[in-house]
Amino acid sequence: MNVQPRTANIAAGNRRLAWQLAAGALLMTGFGYLLVPLYQVFCEYTGFNGTTSRINHGQAATQGIDRTRWVTVEFAANTSVDLPWEFSPVVASVRVHPGEMVLAQYQARNLGNRAIVGQAVPSVTPGTAAAHFRKIECFCFSRQPLDPGQALTLPVQFQVDTDLPREIGTLTLSYTFFEQRGGRISSARPRLTKL
Amino acid sequence: MTELALPHPHDHTHPSGITRWLFTTNHKDIGTLYLLFSVSMLFIGGSFAMVVRAELFQPGLQFVSPHFFNQMATMHALVMIFGAVMPAFVGLANWMIPLMIGAPDMALPRLNNWSFWLLPFAFTLLLATLFMPGGAPSGGWTMYPPLVLQMGMAFPFLIFAVHLMGLSSVMGAINVITTVFNMRAPGMTYGKLPLFVWTWVITAFLLIAAMPVLAGAVTMLLTDKFFGTSFFNAAGGGDPVMFQHVFWFFGHPEVYIMILPAFGIVSQIVPTFARKPLFGYTSMIYAVASIAFLSFIVWAHHMFTVGMPLAGELFFMYSTVLIAVPTGVKVFNWVATMWRGSMTFETPMLWALCFIILFSIGGFSGLMLGLAPVDFQYQDTYFVVAHFHYVLVTGAVFAIIAGVYFWLPKWTGRMYDERLGKLHFWLSTISVNVLFFPQHFLGLAGMPRRIPDYAVQFSGWNMVSSLGAFAFGASQLIFLYIVVRAISGHGAKASAQVWEGAQGLEWTLSSPPPYHSFNEPPKVP
Ligand code: HEM
Ligand SMILES: [Cu+2]
Repeated sequence: MNVQPRTANIAAGNRRLAWQLAAGALLMTGFGYLLVPLYQVFCEYTGFNGTTSRINHGQAATQGIDRTRWVTVEFAANTSVDLPWEFSPVVASVRVHPGEMVLAQYQARNLGNRAIVGQAVPSVTPGTAAAHFRKIECFCFSRQPLDPGQALTLPVQFQVDTDLPREIGTLTLSYTFFEQRGGRISSARPRLTKL
Repeated sequence: MTELALPHPHDHTHPSGITRWLFTTNHKDIGTLYLLFSVSMLFIGGSFAMVVRAELFQPGLQFVSPHFFNQMATMHALVMIFGAVMPAFVGLANWMIPLMIGAPDMALPRLNNWSFWLLPFAFTLLLATLFMPGGAPSGGWTMYPPLVLQMGMAFPFLIFAVHLMGLSSVMGAINVITTVFNMRAPGMTYGKLPLFVWTWVITAFLLIAAMPVLAGAVTMLLTDKFFGTSFFNAAGGGDPVMFQHVFWFFGHPEVYIMILPAFGIVSQIVPTFARKPLFGYTSMIYAVASIAFLSFIVWAHHMFTVGMPLAGELFFMYSTVLIAVPTGVKVFNWVATMWRGSMTFETPMLWALCFIILFSIGGFSGLMLGLAPVDFQYQDTYFVVAHFHYVLVTGAVFAIIAGVYFWLPKWTGRMYDERLGKLHFWLSTISVNVLFFPQHFLGLAGMPRRIPDYAVQFSGWNMVSSLGAFAFGASQLIFLYIVVRAISGHGAKASAQVWEGAQGLEWTLSSPPPYHSFNEPPKVP
């Protein structure tokens, strides 16, 4: 009430600038959200953060097999704290040639007394190897329902790229099972689901 | 200049009592409100820190449960950052920017009223969580999921409190930019703006760019918790590490939001008491601007240990270390300003000098942390705690205190007691180093941060640190006394000039300045 802009011009200019700045703030809120897809694309593209990629059979067949080289693939299994499942790899590790198609198996059993739907989330370490690790089939591509006491064998078919950097001799493929409550989660943002 | 002779149509409508403060649109009143709010948060946040240091006085669990300890550590950070430091700077901006640029008020006075009055609501929400089932937020001020999502009832209160604080500071920032762009007195060109104004304009742009990102991040947390999205939920294809990216994209600019206005204050004080113009005015502005720009591309130095690829580690390491260059320029310029000046050491100058030295120590530990390979050792230890308290307490807070001593006579028209001011300074400076310096040793020796108990080999320095904390906390009561005395009209009358070497429009007004100043634009020298 007590400000007396020297001219009405200034008051109008003030309002205009204020709105422009507010629009800037709004844009930055949008940018905050934009970071989410950017991050996902970035991770998928570079394999940063252990994000693995998915290919189909046709693409897989086009790769030759590098028989001069051995790579050890270790399997790790975890469950989130509130998931009463037993979950483990059938074998702890395998030795493979780059380019070779490999089938590995995990097993899971529901120790709880209710039916539970689980979703496995994969990751590969070291992070730089992730971009060279390709899954053709995986139990992590879909949700896994288990009745009380039920056990299940879970296959994963993969291929290590022939262009895996030379210095990497061992990779670890790790899965963590989470409970999928009401199926709401992946249906909320299917596009961003990492596979 | 005394009370302006020109009659003003609104001068007589000047409500008193509570409504004056509720409905005020006067920049001086709003500045005062911000500063009073800030000082009350300083003491509330400080009392949380006292609980933390009391518990850490000895190993073992003494006074509080681990859960309550975590609440105290988290709330201390939130209250100090969003309640004490940021509002203090906005308060100083409100008081000083119109006076410095010769404007009658802020450009958007009613928005100004709103941006202040959002804060008491925000902090009522936040502090109320202390009394809720499940307690206050306790997962750290950084609010990392999934831990933060396990919080009890406090969670939505925390999120809405953060929204309100963010809104308040963005509104404040809009007001500052609009004021400086449109309301300068004729002749007050950009090349003449005092550095405090310059640093604030740049800070305001940082606020507008960074705070909305925080709002977005916490909104994602909210929808993850209540509406079934899974931005950060691994089970649904999200990624908790992504939160850290979004958070620190805000978080690192935020730390500069808390230091750039401090640079501005010190750049006002040092020339005044060195009786020389600021050395390298233009380079100071470029330095601040480049720090502001760089602050957006260094965020992942808070995340060196999340498993980034080498290229990422290197990029963020180099960009982080690069910030040392403009920061060094600033320190150099302050020192060069004092070089061969006729210096006197009144209380504001003492705080400003101490700022320069101690902030530089914080900058050096920052450089150490910025080196990716060694940060693997320091991450999440007390070394980080020591670093950010040197830059925030002996940096931001010392600069605010320096500014208060510098401008208090202008605001109240009363000189504070110089002897008490110096006592406050020396007690604070000694105790703050006793408090935080040993935390470097603790961190290097491997003591983790955010824990209520620790291995016995850390006992010695923890005890020293706690003693320093109690002394530092107690010293601030002197500050309270000094400020209350000046406000209540005790002490020698201050002249308009106040300080012999003071330059600028604000010193041409009487102390205290009239309620409405510069209704007629001043002549800019
Ligand atoms: C030369 C300038 C600086 C450099 C190179 C620097 C570097 C760093 C690095 C690398 C970290 C992360 C440490 C870790 O978590 O392992 C850090 C943490 C931190 N820095 Fe700085 N810093 C600088 C200046 C500042 C300033 C000016 C402030 C604030 C005024 C500040 C506030 C903080 C805070 C609050 C944290 C801890 C955040 C948390 O984890 O809670 N820093 N700094
Ligand atoms: Cu940072």
